[in-house]
Amino acid sequence: MTTLSSSQEILPPPSERKTLQGWLLKNLFGSVADTILTILAGSFLIWLIYVIIKWILVTAKWAAVSDNLQLYMKGQYPGSADWRIWTLMILLGLLSGLAWGIYLKRAEAVGWVLLIVVLILAFWMTILHRAAWWKLVAVDVVAIAGYFLGKQFPEKLKRPTYILMLLYMPLVILMIRGFGEGGFMPLVTTNLWGGLLLSLLLAIFGIVFSFPIGVLLALGRQSKLPALKTLSVLYIELIRGVPLVTLLFMGQLMLPFFLPQGISIDRVIRAVVAIIMFAAAYMAENVRGGLQSIPKGQGEAADALGLSGYQKMTFIILPQALRAVIPVLVGQFIGLFKDTSLVALVGLLDLVGISRSVLANADYIGRQLEVFAFIALIYWVFSYGMSYSSSRLETALGVGER
Amino acid sequence: MTIKQSDHGTVPFWRDERYLQIIAQVVVVSALLALGYWLTHNLLTGLEALGTPLSFKFLGLTAQFDIGEKLIDYSRNSTYLRALTVGLLNTIKVSFLGILFASLFGIIVGIARLSKNWLVNKLATIYVETLRNIPLLVFLIFLSSSVFHKLPRVKDALTIGKYAFLSNRGIYITWLTPGQGWGLYKWFLLIALVAGIILATIKFKEGQRTGRMPLYWLWGLGLFAAIAAVTWGLTLLMAGNPLALNVPYKAGRNFKGGQSLSPEFMAIFVGLVIYTSAFIAEVVRAGIQSVSKGQREAATAVGLTGFQTMRLVIFPQAMRVIIPPLTSQYLNLTKNSSLAIAVGYPDLFAVGSTIINQAGRAVEVILITMGVYLTFSLLTSVFMNWYNQHTRLVER
Repeated sequence: MTTLSSSQEILPPPSERKTLQGWLLKNLFGSVADTILTILAGSFLIWLIYVIIKWILVTAKWAAVSDNLQLYMKGQYPGSADWRIWTLMILLGLLSGLAWGIYLKRAEAVGWVLLIVVLILAFWMTILHRAAWWKLVAVDVVAIAGYFLGKQFPEKLKRPTYILMLLYMPLVILMIRGFGEGGFMPLVTTNLWGGLLLSLLLAIFGIVFSFPIGVLLALGRQSKLPALKTLSVLYIELIRGVPLVTLLFMGQLMLPFFLPQGISIDRVIRAVVAIIMFAAAYMAENVRGGLQSIPKGQGEAADALGLSGYQKMTFIILPQALRAVIPVLVGQFIGLFKDTSLVALVGLLDLVGISRSVLANADYIGRQLEVFAFIALIYWVFSYGMSYSSSRLETALGVGER
Repeated sequence: MTIKQSDHGTVPFWRDERYLQIIAQVVVVSALLALGYWLTHNLLTGLEALGTPLSFKFLGLTAQFDIGEKLIDYSRNSTYLRALTVGLLNTIKVSFLGILFASLFGIIVGIARLSKNWLVNKLATIYVETLRNIPLLVFLIFLSSSVFHKLPRVKDALTIGKYAFLSNRGIYITWLTPGQGWGLYKWFLLIALVAGIILATIKFKEGQRTGRMPLYWLWGLGLFAAIAAVTWGLTLLMAGNPLALNVPYKAGRNFKGGQSLSPEFMAIFVGLVIYTSAFIAEVVRAGIQSVSKGQREAATAVGLTGFQTMRLVIFPQAMRVIIPPLTSQYLNLTKNSSLAIAVGYPDLFAVGSTIINQAGRAVEVILITMGVYLTFSLLTSVFMNWYNQHTRLVER
């Protein structure tokens, strides 16, 4: 560092100084070809924005969307059971807040952005006169409370948070599904699940359950035992070689045959099984990438310490490998979330399926553009939001760099 | 260092790792075999009970349904096997054309993402980030229901200089039809093609020998075009017009002439092209960025022009990084073409599901369909392995 009197800062040469003119010249009008490109691209962009805004504000009739918001969000899930979804959402807010406060001391900005997104949603709800806005605000408030609690007492809260996280998935199944007739949480059969709720559930189930299978398959593929290796490779290549639609059809049409007669399983579970089978093969390849990124010396060092094969895997290799593949797994989750739209082709009422049934309603004939623009926006916000925040988190935390 | 194994204290076989490994494998394999046997047994007995035991004999029965688009002769009286072949050819058609155009658009967008022009760069980024974050299915249904089926009626069809018409009955474009001289001209074309390839190969070999790579593909293309043009005149004199323009025209409620592209085909084709091009753009961008900056600077230092730098320095190195993920994108496009069922284009999977509904042969049809896609992907991975072996960096 050079010492200079603070009043005399060294200015960069004129060509490098940051001025508006300089920026324009460098980035937009550098040469004749550049200028032509800029004019063409600029007029296209202006035209595009004009068309889109005009369509959104003037031409489009949004009744097909605003009348059926409930359907898009949760399908025909009964209104009397709404409180379960909200409880889970609030719990999720608390958990993420706690985890954020305890584990992620940095990367606060991403968290605040997420909170603001929820607030914008709540604001939008008030415009639509939906009573749900205060529940969204509640999610935010609980998340912030969790964040500060977690930051204040990281050591005390670490264990309860961890346990809660493990319990969350079973709790989701239990509460969304409910049990028994009557009672305070009556059974809601899966044919009533729909909309975004179903899409998200399918993606989450797919990724969570395919994870252990994927890890096992990846280990199998790396294994020195020929039989295990062949079987794993066969499974992975077989599944990766066929489109998900064929697997979904197989799940719907063939799975019932594979089970003993008299046992029937419902359509959502059949779809979930197909999705898990599909995701596991891709998961295996991702995990394999992580396993291969671990230097050989780690395994040798474990051998030298006298750890058994099992210990070597669970304490040395896997923790490092899984840490390295977290970014890839986020990408896979996004891909899977988009892929769950295919269940509409086998008749489930996920976001796409429910849109099709809304459009079949005589009141909304010819409103495809509005409906599909809306659900495309939902998919986009979730996918882009996840990839954006995970990439910000990665840079902030240095995941995958160590 | 050697350790002498004492003769009287051998490890018992149940502690010996070699045996344990074999035992573990035998246990796993036999468990899986048992599971497989159980599942297959259930399947076979279940099918038996339904009265439709597993057999592929139904493929010889008449299909009794129509298929909108076909590349080979097919009618209601054709067999199921024929119907599946029609579907397979449709899959190949849309995949092949899709791969061609997706690569083209992908490369353009990928280069645009690296453009120094801020506006072009941002436009390309918006294109990529929008498409990569919505499901293909939503995009396809949107294209089919809101674009290609919403085009004006034949009466008020959009037209591009009277040579192409866009209507909800499909898109009709001007096409070439063989004229009287075609029988002769096609041989000339073949000769031109062979000559072009030979010249390109010679120039390529020369480039490899001398280290000064000429634009070999341009040489080949030039020779091809020259021969094609000269023989066109020859054919015109000897046998008449080899190829005639076939311009579509309105005839009552539909168009006649030209080449028709159905709304269903356009939806799946345009959808696959646009969607995949966004992914290919990222692959191309990553490939070009993977070439270190020094390479470009060195190329500039030895006085290569921008185009030469790209052609001789950047691209050959980028290709090694680009090809593997590019192939997997091609494979994805082929697999994604199975979503044609959502827009009504009769590809292999759509025809298959019609057969399932009609003949009730779910298991057999699904097996056939999966087998076909699996073959595609195995062929691709064979190629990939070959390519990787071929272009691998030889390290010391």
